[in-house]
Amino acid sequence: MKMKADVAVIGGGVTGLSIAYNLAKQGIEKVVVLEKRYLGAGSSGRCAGGIREQFSTEPMIKLARKSLDMYEKLSDELNFNILFRQGGYLFLAFNEDDMSEIREHVRLQNSLGVGSRIVTPEEAREIFPELNTDGMVGGAFNRRDGIAFPFPVVWGYARAGERLGVEIRKFTEVRDIIVENGSVKGVVAGEERIDCDFVVNAAGGWSKKIYEMAGLKSFNTPVKHEILATEPLKPFLEPMIVNISAGLYFNQSMRGEIIGGIGTHSEPSTDVSSSFEFVKKFAREIVRLVPKIRGVKVLRQWAGLYDMTPDAQPVLGETEIEGFIQANGFSGHGFMLAPVVGELIAKLIATGKVDPLIRPFGFNRFRDGIEPEHTVVG
Amino acid sequence: MVKSKKIVCRCEDITEEDIIHAIEEGFTDLESLKRYTGISTGPCQGKSCLMHVIRILGGRLKKSPDEIGITTQRPPVNPVPLYILAGDENES
Repeated sequence: MKMKADVAVIGGGVTGLSIAYNLAKQGIEKVVVLEKRYLGAGSSGRCAGGIREQFSTEPMIKLARKSLDMYEKLSDELNFNILFRQGGYLFLAFNEDDMSEIREHVRLQNSLGVGSRIVTPEEAREIFPELNTDGMVGGAFNRRDGIAFPFPVVWGYARAGERLGVEIRKFTEVRDIIVENGSVKGVVAGEERIDCDFVVNAAGGWSKKIYEMAGLKSFNTPVKHEILATEPLKPFLEPMIVNISAGLYFNQSMRGEIIGGIGTHSEPSTDVSSSFEFVKKFAREIVRLVPKIRGVKVLRQWAGLYDMTPDAQPVLGETEIEGFIQANGFSGHGFMLAPVVGELIAKLIATGKVDPLIRPFGFNRFRDGIEPEHTVVG
Repeated sequence: MVKSKKIVCRCEDITEEDIIHAIEEGFTDLESLKRYTGISTGPCQGKSCLMHVIRILGGRLKKSPDEIGITTQRPPVNPVPLYILAGDENES
């Protein structure tokens, strides 16, 4: 069996589905999305749903800011309620070094129009009164940051794409990419060869494998990050809280559960098993910071992958293989960047124009000097 | 007249009708069905509802429970308070 497509998107997560939807919206007729499991099974559906513009480098701040603008209108655009709410992101520092980094980041963010501000421990408590401020030096707050429920974003993009003619193949694994004379000619998915002019690598934690299929050495590394959910509580927590000194973050979902994670050591791999070490570390840190919730029960824990790059910023755009387009290496920020990435990667494929917002994220930058993003959390 | 309802998931208050509706909406694999309806995400974590859902989905798709499979089971087996995990033994 053989079929023809204009674009084959590898990965039925939020990035791939946003790209597919935007391609159809820009008038590309034959777009096929190939997903090894169910939609959102990789990392999209495993993340905490945070969306923020508080980053530490100019390109990331600009990209994230545009994505947040788009999230504000996304439920309407997709005609699907993504349970988006803007309770802000409250970053907290428990030592002087972390606080001085926060100050530096806020200065840069403010210069680019982000409304983040430095807060004292007392001001942090005004934002979330249950905080234990012992040892807290201060923090930063941006009211406009928020959260959404990841699965509705995935399904919303899938359905909106399908209405415009996108074909989505679930439980279909890509086995090979066909490259001839330096250009993409097609992919082998399941038992079928699909001829196409463009292949998009939106495979998240598995992007490295896709690069290899096309014969490119990638700089991406999948790393496991664990997360948990508690029993649902009445709404009491508006912002996403990030204790940058402990690597702890948590928010309250629209269902009332506390969803959160904390950094633990793990070797590069696509393993997503749960550990007891994680849940103990998370419990210790969150109980210290919010003593009132000590009696709240943990319902379940799971894990997902951060597709890490050497500078913790994504890989977006073209490579030396013509038609082989990258949208990966999000380093834990793929969910929040999906709207803007979808629009700009689709524009790149439809028109050949590299938008200034994605230009800094080219694949070739790793061969030159890099400036890393500092606010990778969890 | 109150229409009779078959509650499948008691934690999240989800009926058989809700599940059939979700299957008709296209959530035809168990993992997606779980996430769309919320079944097996409450305090019982599927221990009281999951087999019913597998039966309903299998019936609709004409598949055996083996073919439907089971969702990934997540720790802990039963809900555990944070203070116990944090190792605070003085808490009563």
